Amino acid sequence: MDYKDYYKVLGVERKASQDEIKRAYRKLARKFHPDVNRGPDEAEAELKFKELGEAYEVLQDPEKRAAYDQLGENWKEGQDFRPPPDWDDGFEFSGGGYTQADPEQFGDFFEELFSKRGGFDGRMHAGRQAHAPAQDHHAKIVIDLTEAYNGGSRDFTLRKPELDKNGHIVLRERAIRVSIPKGVAEGQHIRLAGQGSPALGGGKAGDLYLEVAIKDPPGFRVEGRDVFMELPITPWEAALGGRVAVMTPSGKVELTVPKHAQTGKKLRLKGRGIPGKIPGNLFAVLKIVIPPTESEKARELYAEMAREMDYDPRAGQGV
Amino acid sequence: MATNRALVPTGEVVSVLSLTELCHVSNASADWVIELVEEGILEPVGQNRSAWRFESTCVTTLRRVRRLQADLRLNLAGVAVVLILADENAQLKRRLAQIETEIPSD
Repeated sequence: MDYKDYYKVLGVERKASQDEIKRAYRKLARKFHPDVNRGPDEAEAELKFKELGEAYEVLQDPEKRAAYDQLGENWKEGQDFRPPPDWDDGFEFSGGGYTQADPEQFGDFFEELFSKRGGFDGRMHAGRQAHAPAQDHHAKIVIDLTEAYNGGSRDFTLRKPELDKNGHIVLRERAIRVSIPKGVAEGQHIRLAGQGSPALGGGKAGDLYLEVAIKDPPGFRVEGRDVFMELPITPWEAALGGRVAVMTPSGKVELTVPKHAQTGKKLRLKGRGIPGKIPGNLFAVLKIVIPPTESEKARELYAEMAREMDYDPRAGQGV
Repeated sequence: MATNRALVPTGEVVSVLSLTELCHVSNASADWVIELVEEGILEPVGQNRSAWRFESTCVTTLRRVRRLQADLRLNLAGVAVVLILADENAQLKRRLAQIETEIPSD
């Protein structure tokens, strides 16, 4: 188990006042809250936010903070750690001072120190006893764009904290195969009936809801049901226009590139976005690509263009 | 780590939800959902409460609202602003990520 330096997590000194700790936590919580940091950084922000929550859980409570401080100052973040026997001897935990945070989210280090001690235990695990009703579960899955277009079957591993028979929190993995319906869009939910928690003492189990996110393949971007794909074209295709073959997620199509096309111009393929009652559109976003290798002949052609074509794209910049 | 493999034949896309269904799925009270509609955070279609239909993305929105309120002590107006800015920010990050893959960094 690694030692966690809660002061370092909150960026405060060991002698920081309770007020300073609160301010540091609030500031960082706003910055790293996973609902504020949506998109590609969300997972990272979520980890950081959990770490903050755990650090604050300990340091905001004078009792837990005193017990933690008692471990000494010489531990370094990440150092292999075993709590000394009876490390909390003589500390009387009232079990108070818990924040709203969900202790299931906390790591091994917190678990080892605080969750098995008298006073904390009952409090932390209260409310998950005998008469729990059936619960719906929520999880997030990331699917590929082709799966959103065509549907498909896929295995996912979901992780869920559970209590083992000793009252420790363990992460249980379960593999489920999900048949993804065709035309599922980002943010929609897939319901798996009966895959939530069963009601203790019998009864119908809750459902499992999977929130869908779609992974952008390289060169693609999804916005709702609309899909934007990059379409590379040559400078002469851009200048002269013409028909080009394009491999879209729903198959090959021929597109007409207009004359004098510029990089960034969007060509709309109606209804070729993610399928649905109202299917999205596919936008091919033009990108002019200069050929990578230049033969002598090619250089000559460019030189001829330079001589023949009277064009200065920087004319408006006053040079 | 314990792994048990339950093979689930199929899932169904939750397309739209009534007020009752949304409350059930989100474990939320109708009063609270109505408050969010009044604040403009949730935008169901339908003239009156019994006819309201919510997109299933509202389930995610409800969870975000709840966490933002609990974790950052925001009021509903504050939550509404954060939701708009966070979504806009996520969209911009995605665009930027796409543009950055298009421009080789040599």
